[in-house]
Amino acid sequence: MAKYAFFLGCITPFRYPGIERSTREVFKTLGVELVDLEDASCCPAPGVIKSFNKATWLAVAARNLALAEKKGLDIVTICNGCYGSLFDAAHELHKDPKILDDVNKILSEIGLKYSGKTKVRHFAEVLYKEVGVEKIKKAVKKPTGYKTAVFYGCHFLKPSKLKQLDDPEDPKILDELVEAAGAESMSRKGKAMCCGAGGGLRSQFGETAMKFTKANLERMKADGAEMIVDVCPFCHLQFDASQKELGFDLPVLHLSQLFGIAMGMDAEDLGLNAHITPVKL
Amino acid sequence: MIKPVPEFAEELAANGGSSAMLCFQCGTCTLKCPSAKYTSLRTAHIMRASQLGLKDEAIDGDSLWQCTTCYTCVEWCPRNVQVVDVITALRNIAVADGMLHESHRKVAQSLVKFGHTVENNEKIKALRKELRLPENPPTVMNNTAAKADLDKILNLTGFDKLVK
Ligand code: SF4
Ligand code: SF4
Repeated sequence: MAKYAFFLGCITPFRYPGIERSTREVFKTLGVELVDLEDASCCPAPGVIKSFNKATWLAVAARNLALAEKKGLDIVTICNGCYGSLFDAAHELHKDPKILDDVNKILSEIGLKYSGKTKVRHFAEVLYKEVGVEKIKKAVKKPTGYKTAVFYGCHFLKPSKLKQLDDPEDPKILDELVEAAGAESMSRKGKAMCCGAGGGLRSQFGETAMKFTKANLERMKADGAEMIVDVCPFCHLQFDASQKELGFDLPVLHLSQLFGIAMGMDAEDLGLNAHITPVKL
Repeated sequence: MIKPVPEFAEELAANGGSSAMLCFQCGTCTLKCPSAKYTSLRTAHIMRASQLGLKDEAIDGDSLWQCTTCYTCVEWCPRNVQVVDVITALRNIAVADGMLHESHRKVAQSLVKFGHTVENNEKIKALRKELRLPENPPTVMNNTAAKADLDKILNLTGFDKLVK
């Protein structure tokens, strides 16, 4: 059985625990074992912590990577931010022995060492590449059937030279996954657009972030969307928390919640009561 | 009068932003930047100011902090300028000079306090319990020894003092 270290991050466990619950259930159903990455911290957040001090960002990320390496497991994240942050950190530590050395000097103070082995994976990419659409289709008991606007976010596919997962301007991975759950993935323009929350904008320039979000919502609504499916709790938060003020009401689901529904999880186990924009399915 | 800072190129490079020097001012990044539609952020301008050593022009004001790190500019730049790395480097330099927005300081302090940028609360604990999850996840916030390790890193890299 495939096995990964499960990286929770911050927004999921402390704002949308239903995403955590759904991910655990869905992976179990699909025969992938998720082992808790005990003692892990914030990834740390690329837009804020990395913007303040890169050396801190790298050392804290390296601690998380080292904890997984100690378990002999690769990391699975359920957040584009965590994915971007840990993936970038692993890449920087891999390409430059001097940087790795400097970080290990810090880690040695807490009895840890990182040798550069940990691979960082995004859950959607693991589902697509390791589990596969066919196997997912077989696990679906209750096809969801909604007209869905898939939302890729930024750090899942970009920078594409590093990530090498899909065409960032016209991606397909999430469309295929959402269709595997029995929903209809709308063909739509602007799949690659940013939600607006990243880079510290949501906390400092919330009104600017809202302008990004509004532009996304207007496009989705004009194309007839009935639901938004994201793969990042930060995009999730941005769409969920801002729609009331912006006058929209599209239900927002994390892909793990969509799969949870499709695979027959009880509605109360999806944590939908934590959502601000009501989800009535 | 705006004065160039001759050592700025070195400072920028030391922070990982040397690729700004490759920019040939085609303007593609600014054209493609979603933030530029709504804000004063003009990426090409920041790159040019960086090349000329116009430190204040590159780091002052809100423009630098209006980037969501969406990487659209990096995807399109014909010169392979790592625009987000340059912006990150400039932000690091600005913060080292004491320019840290209050809301950002709060997020940073949350990392110092809890090991996470978001805190747990009673409502979430109740919800976690309903979902048959432990009230606190098995992360650094739930283990004092692990938290002490994280504290040590934040201290060794000077982060605790930087964001105080
Ligand atoms: S796209 Fe690249 S080369 Fe063109 S202005 Fe922007 S950073 Fe410079
Ligand atoms: S990464 Fe920043 S500068 Fe580049 S396109 Fe996105 S918002 Fe604009």
